[in-house]
Amino acid sequence: MAMLELSEVNTYYGNIHALKGISITVDKGEIVTLIGSNGAGKSTTLLTISGLVPPRTGSITLEGRSLTGMPAHAITGLGVVQSPEGRRVFPRMSVLENLEMGAYVLRRVDPEDLERVYELFPRLKERATQKAGTLSGGEQQMLAIGRALMGRPKLLLLDEPSMGLSPILVDQIFSIIREINQQGTTVLLVEQNALMALSVAHRGYVLQTGEIVLADSAANLITNDMVRKAYLGEE
Amino acid sequence: MHFNYELFLNYLIQGLANGALIALIALGYTIVYGIVELINFAHGEVFMMGAFLAFTIVAATGITSTDPLYQIVGVFLIALLGAMIFSAAINFSIDRVAYRRLRSAPRLAPLICAIGFSFILQQIAIYWKGPVSISPPPLIPSDYRTYNILTELFGLETKVRLKPIDVAVFVITIPLLLLLTWFIRSTRTGKAMRATAQDQQASALMGIDVNRTISTAFVIGGLLAGAAGMIALYYNNIARAQMGFRYGLFAFTAAVLGGIGNLSGAVLGGFLIGFIWAMSDGMVKEYIPSWGAQWTNSVIFGILVIIMVFRPSGLIGEHTTEKV
Ligand SMILES: Nc1ncnc2c1ncn2[C@@H]1O[C@H](COP(=O)(O)OP(=O)(O)OP(=O)(O)O)[C@@H](O)[C@H]1O
Ligand SMILES: [Mg+2]
Repeated sequence: MAMLELSEVNTYYGNIHALKGISITVDKGEIVTLIGSNGAGKSTTLLTISGLVPPRTGSITLEGRSLTGMPAHAITGLGVVQSPEGRRVFPRMSVLENLEMGAYVLRRVDPEDLERVYELFPRLKERATQKAGTLSGGEQQMLAIGRALMGRPKLLLLDEPSMGLSPILVDQIFSIIREINQQGTTVLLVEQNALMALSVAHRGYVLQTGEIVLADSAANLITNDMVRKAYLGEE
Repeated sequence: MHFNYELFLNYLIQGLANGALIALIALGYTIVYGIVELINFAHGEVFMMGAFLAFTIVAATGITSTDPLYQIVGVFLIALLGAMIFSAAINFSIDRVAYRRLRSAPRLAPLICAIGFSFILQQIAIYWKGPVSISPPPLIPSDYRTYNILTELFGLETKVRLKPIDVAVFVITIPLLLLLTWFIRSTRTGKAMRATAQDQQASALMGIDVNRTISTAFVIGGLLAGAAGMIALYYNNIARAQMGFRYGLFAFTAAVLGGIGNLSGAVLGGFLIGFIWAMSDGMVKEYIPSWGAQWTNSVIFGILVIIMVFRPSGLIGEHTTEKV
């Protein structure tokens, strides 16, 4: 049984039909990536899974249990944690408080979790008492990912984790994604940087104006002509 | 011109006591605004209902100022607690019944509802206790009504009067203010409230039940307003259905003056307005004979206008970190 299964999901923003009957599965232990150009519906897919933009029709199940109609906070409570697009850190709270909010679902902060996040992002430890709103964009991105990890996700939804990061940090973020995956976290990754995403993922889906147009292993997608032309910028 | 510092200190004490009451009410406006960006215009009436319930509780026990002191203190505390719970329940219910359904409606919709509730609560109060001012059953023993702590307890020869009721106001409000600060700053729920005030969607993604957190804000605002209601009842020795209007308006002004959404700002604004209120009602007359209490509103709002012009986001607005 798939860990996460979306079947025939249709999501609307008012009259805008953003997801047109998409079906996606993510198995336990996998890294699955969702690629597609701007406005394809990648973020909408993650918001729909998290319950912030509920689907109008279709079903979403986590380990066989229906998430349909569940409020967002309850879905997070089941271990589906999202690091949203645009970081969305709490600007007037300190770095440490932001990380504590990440552990909100666990009721208490485990010092070991905090140490682990600080190990992954030593910069956050240096800035622990600084207000998150005064961090640089890249630092905020680290905080957003660190905050999501504090909730000990079963399934981690990452929306463009490499956005705004320098090339060295992008490499670092992707090796961190691989690492936390090896430690047992399942990952659904949305990326503009399709090459990077496909190099770290096991499987991928290509989304185009709200529809899945391709689904394959990452290795196959990386050599697929259409993917190479449209998303990897090759002629 | 001679500065009558004893008179000044008397009005200062009165100003601080009224300021503490205004601060308690102002916190309710600011906490709710900080989290849902709604001016809860019914908040003054939530305060008034607290005073009315306290009145009813004291009257029902039949205990008066001639009973033993421990019974008086006991009924005072029970009425205080009752008023807090009652006001909290009203505030919570208004949110559940109306505001929650209007979260994604245009801003004006919940605002007009708030004004509606303000009138509804006033009407209920008039039905409950009649349309005229009423005095609560006397609770403070007659010895203590004129008792000056500074003379009797500290042996100071002075015209400055510090009455037990003044002290009671501070003994109740200051711990409440400290408790609130600690709650918002350090508890899990307090942090969830701050997070929700900053980004509701991100908070939901952290697993925070946003609706419950908003309810908590209304409950806390109600608890503080109820406490203020009970204290005001015995500080002023009078209650009426319209009492929420002036206190509510001043408290709302205090919240705006301090920087709406900001806790310390509301407290600062509350004390500031309490101070101006007392000075304008009493002190100024000493120097300007034609001055009268009817000028107070103009003075307070005049100062509000001046502060707004120079600091549109309030005294401690915008750049601080202590928003709810
Ligand atoms: N809040 C909203 N209201 C109305 N339409 C929206 C809203 N959010 C997204 N859309 C529309 O839904 C479609 C999918 O948007 P979505 O944000 O999911 O795209 P995306 O694949 O994440 O794009 P990007 O790579 O630019 O982040 C777009 O056409 C967008 O305009
Ligand atoms: Mg997006």
